[in-house]
Amino acid sequence: MIGFQAKRTFLLGVKSLWLHRLRSTLTVLGMILGVCSVIAMLAIGEGASHDAQEQMRQLGSTNIIIRSVKPPEDKTARQETSQVAQYGLTYDDVERITQTIPSVTVTVPARRVRKDVRNLSRTTDTFIVGTVPWFPRVMNRRVGEGRFLTGLDVRYKENVCVLEPHVALALFPFKDALGQAVKIGSDFYRVVGVMEALSTGKGGTSSARLDSDAGVYVPLSTFTAYLGEVLTTRSAGSYVRERIEINDAIVAVPAVEQVLDTATAVRATLERFHRKLDYEVIVPLEQLRAAEKVKRTYNIVLGSIAAISLLVGGVGIMNIMLASVTERTREIGIRRALGAKRRHIITQFLTETVLLSGFGGVVGVLIGVTIPWFVGRFAGMTTIVTLWSPLVAFSISVMVGVIFGIYPAQRAASMDPIEALRHE
Amino acid sequence: MAAIVRLNDIWKTYRMGDTDVHALRGVSIEIQEGEYVAIMGASGSGKSTMLNILGCLDRPTQGEYFLGGQNVAHLSDDELSFIRSSKIGFIFQSYNLIQQLTVVENIEIPLYYQGWSERDSLKRATELAQLVGLSHRLDHRPNELSGGQQQRVAIARALSNDPLIMLADEPTGNLDSATGQEILRMLDRLQTEGKTIIVVTHDENVAKHSQRIIRLADGMAVDERRMRP
Ligand SMILES: Nc1ncnc2c1ncn2[C@@H]1O[C@H](COP(=O)(O)OP(=O)(O)O)[C@@H](O)[C@H]1O
Ligand SMILES: [Mg+2]
Repeated sequence: MIGFQAKRTFLLGVKSLWLHRLRSTLTVLGMILGVCSVIAMLAIGEGASHDAQEQMRQLGSTNIIIRSVKPPEDKTARQETSQVAQYGLTYDDVERITQTIPSVTVTVPARRVRKDVRNLSRTTDTFIVGTVPWFPRVMNRRVGEGRFLTGLDVRYKENVCVLEPHVALALFPFKDALGQAVKIGSDFYRVVGVMEALSTGKGGTSSARLDSDAGVYVPLSTFTAYLGEVLTTRSAGSYVRERIEINDAIVAVPAVEQVLDTATAVRATLERFHRKLDYEVIVPLEQLRAAEKVKRTYNIVLGSIAAISLLVGGVGIMNIMLASVTERTREIGIRRALGAKRRHIITQFLTETVLLSGFGGVVGVLIGVTIPWFVGRFAGMTTIVTLWSPLVAFSISVMVGVIFGIYPAQRAASMDPIEALRHE
Repeated sequence: MAAIVRLNDIWKTYRMGDTDVHALRGVSIEIQEGEYVAIMGASGSGKSTMLNILGCLDRPTQGEYFLGGQNVAHLSDDELSFIRSSKIGFIFQSYNLIQQLTVVENIEIPLYYQGWSERDSLKRATELAQLVGLSHRLDHRPNELSGGQQQRVAIARALSNDPLIMLADEPTGNLDSATGQEILRMLDRLQTEGKTIIVVTHDENVAKHSQRIIRLADGMAVDERRMRP
């Protein structure tokens, strides 16, 4: 008979709680903290999952990235010698992968080197990437102005280049970069296109992306012809000369379901022709799966903490209500003598617990939705408050109120009215 | 005229460990509508037990209790609650008002549990407050009232559901004699208006106001004396 004169029961509950303002406030505080933590937890979890999805979108869940790495023994042994270290992926590797693994639709080989790029007196230091015309399509990028490299550019080793917008801005702050020439090393390259800016989520771009630090794109053949296969880079005070045919390659697979099998095949193919471990295979999908697994554990831990704080709030409410029932034994006796049935007493006390927890829920939701905002603002984390998270938190808080209110209410209702009336 | 209260061989036995304590042993009495009855007896004679049974707060171990023709001796807890809210008016020695409620709200309690509408019960409670001379104190809390005023609120509350019987347990026990007299005169007046009143007391001066005294001793109604015809 919850509907029994609902308005008056509600007002009576408010009145009784108001009589012990401090006590009620402190009790509600426990509930507020619980609800806040639930909302904050959900918002941070949701933000993390959004970041993960954003990274997945950036890397392309259907891509496999292979890249040359210096084999472990080379790192120490050849440092000071003037000998050229040769290692890494080769054109043959890329060719073999494209030819022998049927699920591979296209590969994007790339070479990279760090160099100064000049326009008259302006200079910027960035990565020059030699690549193929289908790079933007596989990388899910778009050209902002002009065009990307073409098959003819590659075939005729044209001295053309496409700039990332930040490089274009650095070299040509006051005019359009298109059609202008830039100098890389001792050669001039005509700018034929400027990329659209890479959209970065709050989680930042993944360093596994080929274009995360790239500034200038040139045809792969031009790169090999003019910048050479032997690259000299300065590292730790000495010059290191390395011969690498291909720095990175992206292996594109048409469907997500085929990615893992294809990765196995790619690894097998490379293993057969490389004696040293001078390459690595990065499967964004695998990484994301692993990250999601970690996130799930993380969510369970956070969820448990939030649940515990709600429980603590509930226990606080129960504690207070038990004290209140004892304190109001006489009132219960009077009400029973004057005709209150057990369920009236239950309704009365349950109303008070639900009011406490419901009020705690409302305030908790109001504070709770602002916490993620602060976390996002000052801790730089992505937080997303979904519409349902306040609803979930609020209903849990009311449920906690009902569950923890039942015992005190039962206790109040089961009192013998004669005993209760005699109570001082 | 049918008796409004008829107790028929009422026993109340408390089990204390291995022994049975008989608080009431075969009490049989009748009270007519409009009677004013005092129940007296030494401490431990069974007065409280009898009052609890008459007030439907407790059930006899054995025997029959007809209240207004209905046998209420063995009703369920909920049914007894309903009888209390609709047919019985309680007046206690220590008033038993609820502290956080106002005068009007206290008077309204039995009506609330009977499911009266807010408007009707407010109207009735206001009328009753006027009847007991507290119409200027409607929104006061019990602790702002004197003992006599509080007992008047309790009388108004006992009247609110227009009960078959009014049960008063030492109604003047906490009051000085002048105020006590005032309360007793109020009960007298209610009796002349046709109310049935049962008072439990050990005070002969209180008992004098009744028409009839039932004396309890060792759980038995031994003496039944009509004072005023
Ligand atoms: N709840 C109880 N449990 C056990 N014995 C009780 C209980 N209530 C009353 N009694 C016993 O019943 C007898 C009558 O008690 P009571 O009705 O309170 O007498 P009175 O009110 O006249 O003093 C006493 O002997 C008392 O000890
Ligand atoms: Mg007694």
